[in-house]
Amino acid sequence: MISDIIAIIRDYWLLLLIGQYPNGPIGGLAATLMLSVLAIAFAFPVSIAFALARLSKSPFLNWPVTALVYFTRGVPLLMLILWGYFLVPLVTGANVPSFLTMLVTLVVYQGAFLSEVVRGGIVALGHGQMEAARALGHSYLGAMRFVILPQALYNVIPSIISVFVATIKDTTLGYVINVPDLTFAASQINNQLLTQPFQVFFILAAVYYVICWSLSQVAVLTERRITRKRAGTAPLPTAKSLKLAALTDQPS
Amino acid sequence: MSSFDLSEILGNPEYVSMLLLGIEMTFIVAVGSWVLAMTLALLLLGLRYAPGPVGNAFVTAYVSYHRNVPTLVQLMLWYFGIFTLMPDGLTFWLNDHNAEAIFAVIGLGLCQAAYFSEDLRSGMRAVSPGQMEAARALGHGYVSAMRYVMLPQGVRNALPALINHSVSLFKNSSLAVAIGVAELTYAVKEIENLSFRTFESYLLVTVLYLVFSLMIMAGGAYIAWKADPVRSGRA
Repeated sequence: MISDIIAIIRDYWLLLLIGQYPNGPIGGLAATLMLSVLAIAFAFPVSIAFALARLSKSPFLNWPVTALVYFTRGVPLLMLILWGYFLVPLVTGANVPSFLTMLVTLVVYQGAFLSEVVRGGIVALGHGQMEAARALGHSYLGAMRFVILPQALYNVIPSIISVFVATIKDTTLGYVINVPDLTFAASQINNQLLTQPFQVFFILAAVYYVICWSLSQVAVLTERRITRKRAGTAPLPTAKSLKLAALTDQPS
Repeated sequence: MSSFDLSEILGNPEYVSMLLLGIEMTFIVAVGSWVLAMTLALLLLGLRYAPGPVGNAFVTAYVSYHRNVPTLVQLMLWYFGIFTLMPDGLTFWLNDHNAEAIFAVIGLGLCQAAYFSEDLRSGMRAVSPGQMEAARALGHGYVSAMRYVMLPQGVRNALPALINHSVSLFKNSSLAVAIGVAELTYAVKEIENLSFRTFESYLLVTVLYLVFSLMIMAGGAYIAWKADPVRSGRA
């Protein structure tokens, strides 16, 4: 069995890594990672906007976004993907690649989930920060930009990484609309081999495990670091220590 | 194609019965895997507290695997992979008894057990150790102290997380379509293929999912409210 697994990896590693790339769209692990990175990169600003809208007192901002978040939390991602599958081409009027459909869906879905994380971070800060910033003459947005968000986002970095892990796992659902990602590559290999399904899907599970486990460890380590920093046991860089470091780090 | 018209689906008994069968299968998969997951989660919790390092290491590995491998891949590994390695007699029996649904329940249940057991563990951790000492001092044995003092408080602490994960288990039951279970997502694809009413069929099923999820959330919130002795007026 182990020799089978090694043989599959030896024969198909390129397909697993980049799909049929020179002769087709980029796929495999590369597509999975691209999809995840792009999804989180776009979902991040979306989530901040959603969080601010849900915290705002204006019902015109608050209600639609609250409804959207509840809708997204109540409907399976697969349903949203299938919606995107025929809605995105309808809106844009063009033949949209499934990669783009998946990206748009993931941005909305993870944006909604991430907005709850960001909102939690802002609420956890307490009113004092906002009041102090306003008292110092910041406008609401200025206070958000320079006082609240830097602290709130720093505190929720571990949760943001967890959402990133969830995004990587969610990209597998693109399989249903034929996104050429890692799962798709593995099922292609399975269709060619036919006789070793366990070995193929074992490799698939192992690759996802390694990626997601490493990222969750990053989340655990950051969490520890943030806890230590808040408790004051990690040395914070002071102006003096930074100056000293700059002096001592001179290249000799 | 004419404009929006739900009656063409809801007025057709064939489509309605497909929809109802889909709902039934979704609930069979969701409830079956929920029961499996909760049973396993309690066993895993017991193993966590068992003396010696073996139980703890096993549960850590179990949770780590199920949290870091996508659920869809786990389902595929079960249905396309492990199923084929099983002995012939068992394979025949499973094929006669809707193997897809059985593996969907196993795959989703094993996966969700990891989340449930972590929810329960953090709920138990939030109960102060003094509670156990006090219960023991009052003459409770270990098991009885767990049963009457620790677990009720721990489970109550874990309720919000358990409700969230129950909703996501319900939503994840839609993944079973990838291994060919004829549940709600499968039904909508069938109805869409037959009726050409794409927008209406998806809208209908999406609303169904949403209503069921919101019902689970509301039911969970009610249970959490009932379980809170302060708010429900028992203390």
